[in-house]
Amino acid sequence: MNPKTEIAHPARWQDDLYDELRRSDITQFAYVPDAGHSVLIARSLADRDVHSIRLTTEEEGVALLAGADLGGRRGVLLMQSSGVGNCINMLSLTKGSRFPFLTLVSMRGEFGEGNPWQFAMGQAVEPVLAAMGVICLRAERPEDVIPTTKAAITMVFQSGQAVAVLLTQKLIGAKKF
Amino acid sequence: METGSKAKVAAKATAPQFILDRSSAVPALIGRQEDFLHIAGLAGTAYDIAALTGNAGNSYALAGAMGAACMMGLGLALARPEKRVLVTTGDGELLMSLGSLAAIAVMNPPNLSILCVDNGHYGETGYQVSHTSLGVDLEAIAQGSGIKLTRTVSAEADIAEGARILRQGNATAFVLLRVKPTDPPKAKLNLDGAVCREAFRAALLHQA
Repeated sequence: MNPKTEIAHPARWQDDLYDELRRSDITQFAYVPDAGHSVLIARSLADRDVHSIRLTTEEEGVALLAGADLGGRRGVLLMQSSGVGNCINMLSLTKGSRFPFLTLVSMRGEFGEGNPWQFAMGQAVEPVLAAMGVICLRAERPEDVIPTTKAAITMVFQSGQAVAVLLTQKLIGAKKF
Repeated sequence: METGSKAKVAAKATAPQFILDRSSAVPALIGRQEDFLHIAGLAGTAYDIAALTGNAGNSYALAGAMGAACMMGLGLALARPEKRVLVTTGDGELLMSLGSLAAIAVMNPPNLSILCVDNGHYGETGYQVSHTSLGVDLEAIAQGSGIKLTRTVSAEADIAEGARILRQGNATAFVLLRVKPTDPPKAKLNLDGAVCREAFRAALLHQA
């Protein structure tokens, strides 16, 4: 795989975000392929010091990160808003055993969405994550991304919380249809 | 062992290859349990592993979050490459997380082994017949997912080879153990997941 073909016009914040995650000792990057996370995915694949884990469905990542924590390591789950729905029962593992949990969610079904199929899950992301004990932090502008992620990392790995950073459609830009 | 009337009814529908007894076959396959970090799936396999380890700090068992066991094992195996990780899970739980076999095969950590205790039934919910009694072959699915080191253990004569595969250590291993649909050994489970997490981490991370 050539990572360069996956990165059309990488925004600077995406590279900064990868660097921030690595500075925080995150060594397991788990994901279902997604355009919104393409830079993070490509960089994790190119990084010999981390594990880049292709999931077949997002709830696998919830369980994977719990296993990483049992082994004293840190990970992050990269997913699209539609994948949040796949995680709900698996988050009973996170909540019930108080596993630290960090996810970055690229949002669909909100600001400027042109595909009506995306709205049901996109609009449900915050209520269903809240129902399962996951705190949502929204990043709306490029300058929000690093401070928001830093805040999430502290909440997760210092305070043992479950936190989702929502990379909003206003930040990423709506997909053209 | 008293299996209960539901199990007896279910046993009549059992295919001929479901003949081993889990209460002896699981310990025989695992051998020295202290050699592994254990992740146990919910229901039957949680009892199998609790009976074997006495809920020691080298085991973490699910009592919910069905489908988590294999991927927890992957995360743990990648986190601790110097330790051998054994996931013990049932046919019902594995059927709920077949994609995890593909995710694991691609990573192929050599320190991870999966033992699927396949009794062909959903024992915890009343011994309803599972797909593996109706033609689904989980070893074939593991192979098709890309796990190269696989075996099926369905007779006493297969156990030594299965035990060897679980400890081989040059690729992720998958062993399908076919057993009679009888109840798992009696054992006390700690259902407080947060306490179990702390105990596991304390035993593993404070000794290193």
